[in-house]
Amino acid sequence: MVEFLRYRDDEAHDEPAVTLDSFFGQSNATAVRIESGEDVRALLPHLDRIALIEVSFPSFRDGRGYSTGRILREAGYQGELRAQGDVLVDQIPLMRRCGFDSFAPNAPVDADTLAAALDRYDFRYQAAADPIAPVWKRRHG
Amino acid sequence: MYKYDEYDASIVAARVEEFRDQVQRRLAGHLTEDQFKPLRLMNGLYLQLHAYMLRVAVPYGTLNGQQMHMLAHIARKYDRGYGHFTTRQNLQYNWIKLEDAPDILAELATVEMHAIQTSGNCIRNISSDQFAGAAADEITDPRPWAELLRQWSTFHPEFSYLPRKFKIAVIASDTDRAAMRLHDIGIQIVCNDAGALGARIYAGGGMGRTPMIAHLIKDFVPFADFVSYLEACLRVYNRHGRRDNIYKARIKILIHALGAEEYARQVEEEFHAVKALGIDPPQAEFDRIAAHFAPPPFEAGAPDTVDRSDPDFAVWLDQNVHAHKAPGYAVVTISLKPIGGIPGDASADQIDVMADLAARYSFDELRVTHAQNIVLPHVRKVDLYAVWSALREAGLAEANLDLISDIIACPGLDYCSLANARSIPLAQKISARFADPARQRDLGELKLKISGCINACGHHHAGHIGILGVDRKGTENYQLLLGGSGAEDVSLADITGPGFSEDGVVDAIERATDVYVRERTPGERFVDTYRRIGMAPFKEAIYG
Repeated sequence: MVEFLRYRDDEAHDEPAVTLDSFFGQSNATAVRIESGEDVRALLPHLDRIALIEVSFPSFRDGRGYSTGRILREAGYQGELRAQGDVLVDQIPLMRRCGFDSFAPNAPVDADTLAAALDRYDFRYQAAADPIAPVWKRRHG
Repeated sequence: MYKYDEYDASIVAARVEEFRDQVQRRLAGHLTEDQFKPLRLMNGLYLQLHAYMLRVAVPYGTLNGQQMHMLAHIARKYDRGYGHFTTRQNLQYNWIKLEDAPDILAELATVEMHAIQTSGNCIRNISSDQFAGAAADEITDPRPWAELLRQWSTFHPEFSYLPRKFKIAVIASDTDRAAMRLHDIGIQIVCNDAGALGARIYAGGGMGRTPMIAHLIKDFVPFADFVSYLEACLRVYNRHGRRDNIYKARIKILIHALGAEEYARQVEEEFHAVKALGIDPPQAEFDRIAAHFAPPPFEAGAPDTVDRSDPDFAVWLDQNVHAHKAPGYAVVTISLKPIGGIPGDASADQIDVMADLAARYSFDELRVTHAQNIVLPHVRKVDLYAVWSALREAGLAEANLDLISDIIACPGLDYCSLANARSIPLAQKISARFADPARQRDLGELKLKISGCINACGHHHAGHIGILGVDRKGTENYQLLLGGSGAEDVSLADITGPGFSEDGVVDAIERATDVYVRERTPGERFVDTYRRIGMAPFKEAIYG
């Protein structure tokens, strides 16, 4: 069972993440936590000084964080993007596609089940925040 | 029709294995029912009153004979020998065992079928015009656009945990046979002044407990921007749709709160951000898909006249057969509404008969309609009599399309765990009361729709006559509504007043139709008369 997952080569960032509100009051903070429902676009002008963005998933049913992840990657954010909260093993492949590269689930996940889930699909229909070419690109080069 | 390539086949096969793994984890106790629920729902598996219900996707309502035979096979092998065609152009089985579900999906995959996204809070199976590719009045076949959306929406990583379910319909004619404007997003393919095809986008429609008609939010989206624009529509909804109350979580509530103009503005802003990402498939992909929907090889010079000498046949011909774009051909609608029957149900044997008729007479194509009937889209006029004769032998030749006994009904309290009242026995009583074919034809087009609860799966808001089943202190009670329409003259029905018992509502319907017969002017349908004279005369007759 795994309690924390990280798909990055750089060193883990250990500074605690501050709230979005306090981030704007502290010019030296490099880690931010986004609560579900907060507008992540407020962060976009500051992405170059952020090393970790933690996105909260208060319930596995709350899918707002998937959009948050993609918006950050689309804006060019290169730092660590962490999904924290009620993150279930069957959701991690979708979150990976939305740009998340670390996971702090409330309950540990089974490593074998996760490996099988991540390896399941050879092809994806649509483009997202991962580098995988969508099927239409494979069809037409 | 569309044929899978290696990519489609691989994705659907992987889905079967994924679900097999999820079911095993559930049976082994590694997933709680709460955690398993969204996973099974995204594969169309509901836990109902008596058993699991499995909803099989029929993308945009189109299927071939081999697929239809598979539906019959599954009904025999895993269910009780029948299936139920739904208002979402799908088919559902009511008596499925959880442990059989992965094997059923594996069998479906052998004929390029699946149950992906037929339920759950995701983008549902895309619906369309059942006459697509055949209708005399369409400007193009809408199905390539629908298939493109099927692929885009399948396992969309950002939109698999939306606030609520999301339904999209695509049509391509001014006649709306798909209740397009009662969808979360309704799309009409139109031709602009330059002769190019594009999508006109409506958003925020829906039925349920807060019925709303979709607003026009964009007049023309060219194919090159189509996926980006829809991505923007969904992203605004995913981020800002309500999640605190499931009854207020559909996009219609968001658009009502923001106003359609403000929603459209936010979509436009998002679209400009998304458009730069290069997520739109190229024209070559549209052309590849569209080639699958090329017209079948219609016979040139097929005779355009029909021998009407058999009077029973002539009645069916006038009621259930529509004009086709190709000379010498016609569109046949097979009614699944026999008098006293269960709307939308078909036995495995009947499903096989329809599959064989499609193979022999309709270029191997069938359609499911949102009114729970089946279409043979391309029948030579000279073959109509043979088709009718075979249908009659199978108990499928009811000549009641769009008449009062062509009832849309949800499964209701006989099956559904959400229902407050039964729909099926009421539908049976109404069709028995109006069984006389001459009387039905005299009443003319009259769309009667029954829902067994406020969720409105039976489209009661869109009925010329709508019925809503409610629970009143432990007894089933039925509200009557008048004046709705799901067609191009879209409108929402009005409640007449206090509800009725099951027998009482049948009497009330009869009194309403009596008012129509008394008040109508020549050529007026029931709904036209209602719109002209208003509720008062009906109310007086019903409650007087």
